Amino acid sequence: MNRFAALLDQLAYEPRRNAKIALMVQYFRQTPDPERGYALAAMTGSLVFAQAKAGLIRQLITERTDPVLFALSYDYVGDLSETVALLWPTDTNAQSVDAPLLSSVIATLGSAHKSALPGHLACWLDALDETGRWALLKLITGGLRIGVSARLAKTAVAALGSVLPDDIEQVWHGLSVPYIPLFAWVEGKGARPLSDDPAPYRPVMLAHALEESDFGKLAAKDFVAEWKWDGIRVQASSGIDREGRRVVRLYSRTGEDLSAAFPELAEAMPFIGTIDGELLVVRDGRVQSFNVLQQRLNRKQVTARMMVEYPAHIRVYDLLVDRSEDIRALPFVERRARLEHAIVANPSSRLDLSPLIRFDSWEQLAVARADPALGGAGEDTEAIEGCMLKRRDSAYLPGRPKGLWYKWKRDPMLVDAVLMYAQRGHGRRSSYYSDFTFGVWRKGSTGEELVPVGKAYFGFTDEELVDLDRFVRKHTVDRHGPVRVVTANAQTGLVLEVAFEGINRSPRHKSGVAMRFPRISRIRWDKPSSEADRLETLERLVSANVTQTQVTNAKVK
Amino acid sequence: MKILMKAPVKASNLLHPAPEGLWCPVGGFHIDPVRPVKRALITHGHADHARAGHGHVLATRETLAIMTVRYGADFCGQQQIATMGERLTIGGVTVQFQPAGHVLGSAQILVEAGGMRIAVSGDYKRADDPTCHPFEVVPCDVFVSEATFGLPVFRHPPASGEVDKLLRSLALFPDRAHLVGAYSLGKAQRIVKLIRMAGYDRPIYIHGAMEKLMVLYRSEGIDLGDCVLVRAADRAGLKGEIVLCPPGSLNDVWSRKFPDPVTAFASGWMQTRARARQRGVELPMIVSDHADWPDLCRTITETGCSELWVTHGQEDGLVHWATTQGIRAKPLNLVGYGDDGESEPA
Repeated sequence: MNRFAALLDQLAYEPRRNAKIALMVQYFRQTPDPERGYALAAMTGSLVFAQAKAGLIRQLITERTDPVLFALSYDYVGDLSETVALLWPTDTNAQSVDAPLLSSVIATLGSAHKSALPGHLACWLDALDETGRWALLKLITGGLRIGVSARLAKTAVAALGSVLPDDIEQVWHGLSVPYIPLFAWVEGKGARPLSDDPAPYRPVMLAHALEESDFGKLAAKDFVAEWKWDGIRVQASSGIDREGRRVVRLYSRTGEDLSAAFPELAEAMPFIGTIDGELLVVRDGRVQSFNVLQQRLNRKQVTARMMVEYPAHIRVYDLLVDRSEDIRALPFVERRARLEHAIVANPSSRLDLSPLIRFDSWEQLAVARADPALGGAGEDTEAIEGCMLKRRDSAYLPGRPKGLWYKWKRDPMLVDAVLMYAQRGHGRRSSYYSDFTFGVWRKGSTGEELVPVGKAYFGFTDEELVDLDRFVRKHTVDRHGPVRVVTANAQTGLVLEVAFEGINRSPRHKSGVAMRFPRISRIRWDKPSSEADRLETLERLVSANVTQTQVTNAKVK
Repeated sequence: MKILMKAPVKASNLLHPAPEGLWCPVGGFHIDPVRPVKRALITHGHADHARAGHGHVLATRETLAIMTVRYGADFCGQQQIATMGERLTIGGVTVQFQPAGHVLGSAQILVEAGGMRIAVSGDYKRADDPTCHPFEVVPCDVFVSEATFGLPVFRHPPASGEVDKLLRSLALFPDRAHLVGAYSLGKAQRIVKLIRMAGYDRPIYIHGAMEKLMVLYRSEGIDLGDCVLVRAADRAGLKGEIVLCPPGSLNDVWSRKFPDPVTAFASGWMQTRARARQRGVELPMIVSDHADWPDLCRTITETGCSELWVTHGQEDGLVHWATTQGIRAKPLNLVGYGDDGESEPA
């Protein structure tokens, strides 16, 4: 447990992806089976045990400390697990007790009766050091929050040997904790584990962004086009297990199992096979904006009410496995024909086909992309981000193969906003002020005022970042913790041209609007801050249909 | 009966807070004043305690040397050396300097009159520090303590283990420069010394702002091994090296030219993760020049004081604890020290 705790501790401080991988690789190399397998399970969210409630932890600590000192400490530290880890009394005489192994902690959590949990927990906390206590409390309260995704942990396992992360994904769902055959395989000491999961995840195929210059090289007749839906990419897989039961699973594009969050979709999968599509919220036949979908994401448990209020739907665009036949090697058009047949033969209210866009030339497609409503998308225009182009003969390949699939996003909306706050970034941007909060003008109680409307941390070049950073340092008027407040008034202020993909009402934001995917497209050193946009401009974009705004609003390219 | 029983001096008449700092009206001096005064007694050389511009300064020889390095030879009208353990009389008051274990030359100041003993600890620590005299307990009636880490969450681990973390990271990331933020007075020299004691004998690179104090520590007989001043042009070539700089420089333009730097920070504040993350620290090193919670409590008990005055820091926790121990306690609410750890060496 101590070694695992040290790893979590280091990961929590490390913002860089590659350094995180290096830390995990080092841990996996130095830690024997089965301990490393349990660590992998913890980091990939694959452990199932009854989580301890915060109340239990509070109870344990208040039995051991002065309540006033606990309250003052908790207020100062701001995190229950960490406060308790730091406060837990350590008896120097009792250090002969061995720290528990991660494997035995997990085994005990899985089997112990609920009433025995406080006793076990207290014993472990007595035997561990501060980092160990912190890690244990994070583990049992169900939130590691160390900035490691399941995918990143698997990437680190792959880096132990010469296999690819996608190879790990291929076998992953047939494996179980503590993954001894997996480690044996990547370290060259065992055979590739068989995946006997009846509904496994298949690594997804991704598209390249289309550049203007690509059109000269691509022939329209070689491609089909679909709408690019603004939801989340999902894969639904169903199969029959050895006992003859139907197994259905829903995966994210990185292979995370989403089945528990969208149980109605698993039930709705009407045939055996694997489909690729976009998860959307559809109310009364209309696709809702990404903002609406977001209300249902990132929740491990879903209530009946949520399922009614945010009905989930899959708009399907590919078929990878048709019954038991893996058809990924077939050309796209053949897979599409099989998909259409499967959807028609097995109707489901939660599943439909993503329609193809008719076009004969790139010009025609450009017209459809500029106005999806006229291009055949009807009422769902708001949920369209652009077009997808897929080569008719493209096999379904994992990763982002060149020359087969392209995404051609719609032009972004633009707004001129004033820089208000800045925060430092991470990784290679550490020490630079690279997180920018910007605002637009509105009429306040005491006259014109800036109201923050969004935050952006990319879109600029490295040279521009140096200039922005210098501006922030020279114009800081106040600090709130890590946040710098910069001069922003009608006389002085820096105007940023912000590009974004969409805008929605949001009662959670002071301005009442929330942008989707904002980034800085240009720094308007030339523009007086008083001439930046007003909140009304953004509000008009919200109420207007996206298509109309593209036509009528001068702010849009 | 000719002998008159002299009424004991009331503690608050002997010493009490004034806008300039702790004021002793009988002796006519301030302790660690934050504004220029006629007569100042100074516990140690950190900038929030030792300021320039006083008429007369009484401090240890090392503290006076530090102030000279920082402010120039004319930092005050007149200097007077206080020798550790020596009793001096100022007005009707006896004062005595005793080691505080905080940084080179740091002292507690015992103020005594009419049977009342008040020990002003300044900043202090009990943990081992090879670069200064260890703390000595001063029995007293009133103990004046700091409370920088005055909450039970602060239990600082042995500093050697924190230095090991740095050396392990260096082994894991041999292509990255390791930038260690450390306060220029005390912490920087202690860190260098600890790195040497861990067996690391490569040159240690230091920021220009640290050079003079490194020289001073050396002249006091503290061997710091090979410390090389970082020149601007050298920065890009320092992969796999240890570079010490003031905490402020970690986030400065200066730090950007190093090859893929690992940001470390040696401070007692690094005990809480949020604090470390807020500063963008990847390698927190919990090395403090202040007493942690157990040492604050232990020290208060060992002085045998019946009353505790808390100068600055997390005073609520310490005052509460002392009260539960039957010790009268109050915060002094002095302004100008610590500033919640941002500018303060910790």
